[in-house]
Amino acid sequence: MSSESINPTRRGALKCLAAGSAGTLFALSGGVFTPINLAMAAAGDYRVANAGTPLFVQISDSHIGFKADANPDVSGTVKRTIDLVNNLPDRPAFIVHTGDITHLSKPEEFDLAAQLFSSLKATELHAVPGEHDVIDGPGKEYFARFGRLSDNRGYYSFDHNGVHFVALVNVMNFKANGLGALGDDQLAWLENDLHARSSSTPIAVFAHMPLWSVYEPWGWGTGDADRAMASLRRFGSVTVMNGHIHQIVQKIEGNITFHTARSMAYPQPTGGNGPGPGPLKVSPDLLPKMLGVTSVKVARSPGMFALDDISLA
Amino acid sequence: MTRDLRHRRIPIALSGALLFAMAGPATWGAETNTIIVKNFMFSPMSLTVPVGATVTWKNLDGEPHTVVNDQGLFRSGGLDQNDSFSFKFDSPGTYRFICSIHPTMMGTIVVK
Repeated sequence: MSSESINPTRRGALKCLAAGSAGTLFALSGGVFTPINLAMAAAGDYRVANAGTPLFVQISDSHIGFKADANPDVSGTVKRTIDLVNNLPDRPAFIVHTGDITHLSKPEEFDLAAQLFSSLKATELHAVPGEHDVIDGPGKEYFARFGRLSDNRGYYSFDHNGVHFVALVNVMNFKANGLGALGDDQLAWLENDLHARSSSTPIAVFAHMPLWSVYEPWGWGTGDADRAMASLRRFGSVTVMNGHIHQIVQKIEGNITFHTARSMAYPQPTGGNGPGPGPLKVSPDLLPKMLGVTSVKVARSPGMFALDDISLA
Repeated sequence: MTRDLRHRRIPIALSGALLFAMAGPATWGAETNTIIVKNFMFSPMSLTVPVGATVTWKNLDGEPHTVVNDQGLFRSGGLDQNDSFSFKFDSPGTYRFICSIHPTMMGTIVVK
């Protein structure tokens, strides 16, 4: 297991940010910062080792049922990921799976996923669907298993340790341009959910597809995410976490940090590099370096998040 | 010996290329009513078939795709690599379809 901590690469990351005129940071390696972490890192006096209270671990894109040559043993890498999470020095309070639990939404894939994830040493497993989990349209198998917390809407919120968590669904109503969509009902629900909360409440949002445009020709974005961001912008600390693209990409915009996590199954090419966003076959020794999870801590004050990407090797 | 073999190979390769050029993917697809899904594209993107014809879509990508009619007439399940889906067209008309997972992938069946 290797943890890409913040310190060794902070200057590189800062340089990337400074050079990132397009506004998107393609973080090939390195930890992830909140805006305040960045400022402290830039000042050179920030130590990440005790960045805060362990909050949760984000896992993503397990694609149970995938068996092509980009990873013939997905169950194996998922088990390694579970071992990694179970052996973290700081035990997370819960796990968030940001979708594509299965590859083809088949009942037997969901059953195998449930069997594998039951060995996670965590009290709760939260989830949002990926498009691979709702291939049938209404997502019958997904909602039969994960619909309870959200009254079968898929989107819901909860509070933990002073942090407000929001789970969103953006894979049910694709637009013709291929982008994900939240839809008017969910956006109205979100606005209402956030309305009564103090701006000082740290907010963690998760969804499957990126809630900002990573690469639109491949549909790596959410068409109506701007309206969601409008209701999130007043909060002092917002972290938005996604999967879908099987690689780490990060962007910071004001108080909002956007971050995508690695897959547990197989990597994908960077946006536009190849005919489409399909599985990327890499050498067997490279594969575990491109799979992993994101560990999230929250600092005691001022409630800022610290994200740490950990790969399988 | 090697030289001879090479000389023999060239006309064979050429005739193969000619055959391929004459029966390009679109013509071939029309004759067999097959649409290949590869590199996140339907090929051919448009296919004209007679009433009563059955069209088959075959996915060659490592990423799953679906075939979904925008009017709800037909909808495949998730097609994994090398999976196929077929639908018989009994009425004349123009039928648009997309991959519901990658909606930038679209195509049209014209039934005459």
